[in-house]
Amino acid sequence: MTLSPINRLHVRRFAIASLCFSAAACAPSADGETRPQAGSSPRSATTIATRPAGEGRVYGLGRAASPADIAGFDIDVGPDGAGLPPGQATVQEGLEIYAAKCVVCHGPTGAEGPFDLLTGRLPNDEFPFATDPSVRSTVGNYWPYATTMFDYTRRAMPFDFPGSLTDHEVYAVVGAMLYFNGLVEADAIIDSAAVANVIMPSRDRFVRDDRTGGPEIR
Amino acid sequence: MEENSTDQPSEQPESEQRTVTRRRLLAGAAVAAGGAIGARATRALGAQSGPDPTKVPGARPATVGSRSPHETPEKLLSGSAGGSSRTPLQELHGIVTPADLHFERHHHGIPEIDPANYRLLIHGMVDRPTVFTLDELKRFPEVSQLFFVECSGNGGGAFRGDPRPDQSPQSMDGLLSTSEWSGVSLATLFEEVGVHSDATWFLAEGSDAAVMSRSIPIEKAWEDAMIAYGQNGEAIRPSQGYPARLLNPGWEGNSSVKWVRRLELSDRPFMFRDETSRYTDPLPEGKARIFSFVLDAKSIITYPTYPARLENTGFVEIAGYAWTGRGLVDRVDVSTDGGATWHEAELQQPVLPKCTTRFRYGWEWDGEPAHLMSRAVDETGYVQPTTAELRDVRGPGTRYHYNSIRGWRIAADGTIGFTPS
Repeated sequence: MTLSPINRLHVRRFAIASLCFSAAACAPSADGETRPQAGSSPRSATTIATRPAGEGRVYGLGRAASPADIAGFDIDVGPDGAGLPPGQATVQEGLEIYAAKCVVCHGPTGAEGPFDLLTGRLPNDEFPFATDPSVRSTVGNYWPYATTMFDYTRRAMPFDFPGSLTDHEVYAVVGAMLYFNGLVEADAIIDSAAVANVIMPSRDRFVRDDRTGGPEIR
Repeated sequence: MEENSTDQPSEQPESEQRTVTRRRLLAGAAVAAGGAIGARATRALGAQSGPDPTKVPGARPATVGSRSPHETPEKLLSGSAGGSSRTPLQELHGIVTPADLHFERHHHGIPEIDPANYRLLIHGMVDRPTVFTLDELKRFPEVSQLFFVECSGNGGGAFRGDPRPDQSPQSMDGLLSTSEWSGVSLATLFEEVGVHSDATWFLAEGSDAAVMSRSIPIEKAWEDAMIAYGQNGEAIRPSQGYPARLLNPGWEGNSSVKWVRRLELSDRPFMFRDETSRYTDPLPEGKARIFSFVLDAKSIITYPTYPARLENTGFVEIAGYAWTGRGLVDRVDVSTDGGATWHEAELQQPVLPKCTTRFRYGWEWDGEPAHLMSRAVDETGYVQPTTAELRDVRGPGTRYHYNSIRGWRIAADGTIGFTPS
């Protein structure tokens, strides 16, 4: 069996070092090292496909998406805050909504469960998850971006009524979670700028994938 | 067939003669004679319960087939809140997983989607934001290829703690399945909408209750990603993303977003919950690897394994699956002595990229305790590590991509138990 037509047409081989996330949002390792693995194995089949040269075939299928089509689905929020809606809420509003809609699954302060833990910081904001399997991750000790809290809460929470919170309620609940984790004060007002500007304790803990095949176990 | 029945069987093709003969035996009430012949057959071929099948008309064709009532393979439900089900690997042959036995991992259940209402929106950094119906997706040139899908959490039980021996390939690594996936290549769709040259990532979003979302590097679209609507010749099952899903061959299953409704082109990743707080790999240096999509080489023996038991000494064909997200499985080694010595297994041909590969090794069991292992080597030279080797580089608390060697201890009485390497 040979490669599919897609592979034959589009795959070009070059070193993995040229794969770049091209996003400030994807933090490099603390020392800035990108760990190029070019030449780690002459047999490496790791491929980075590139776009085929020239104009692609257009079949004329589908219909043009209207702004309304897009607006109805374009709910994602990026790590730079893009996509955050207008509005604001107070932490106090968040605590009330949290108590009504979130506490059953996440506990009185987000640290009790029974389901996913929201609250919890580690001493010196350490990140010992690989070395100590007993340490449980929380929003406060693992999530790199507060924007993700808004995005995920709006699209998928509460679990029994997913996607039912208004933007105002989402801002409020995000405020409650940030407050539980000591990342905002009790009198804070949460809006798009606040969510985008929070520096989560683990923001710089994430590094790009350095596995490229070859004999080294990573 | 009915209208072809005749009393002149010699004019019928051989297969029809046999059918007609059965009919005549029944119609002619030749019960005594049939019984006598059946009794001889039973004595000749061994135990046979129920009526002699050569003496009664067989069942008619059906509009939809079904398994023999004697074959009852089942998925194993697992995960909190029934969030997953596992393929019975030890009961399968070859490489294809029957669609109804494909593993499941959902983040908030299986949505019900009317294909007439299905739409795929592609927008963002494109010249022509476009909405496609399912029928329109099917009008593009079709691609179809066998690929494995594996959950990146598969096999966590082998890595953590002290796994119980009474575990099967299904309970340990059953979040693995292989299908022929049919659909339209993402490269075709991205050319259709005129993806901007500076777009580097795209969002894939599902229409389940989790609105599952992942950021995918655009290179995957040019390589081999597809929007799949077919699975093993039929429409994708609801549990696999009906009516259409993203499929990223060789990558962790979660990235192949099911029930896909939207693709948004971007110049940076989106940092969704399921690519930051989940599906990242903590590393011992206080870091976590993010966007670690490719599944490194892995293998597992599926026979002989728990719950099977070896009844006799003598020939045993050790068999299993090997796979790698990097392309082709190059070699599989099998050990029967806990890794002291290794033997190269036969690979079922053709070996396909990013697909499960069947390996087989003929072994003579002498009745002594044995310790079976398999070790896959891929075309990049990557060798499937032992659990200790993986733990050394990832730490004991690592959370995904558990591709270390699995072992099976055979006791002198033929019973078999799982053991990590």
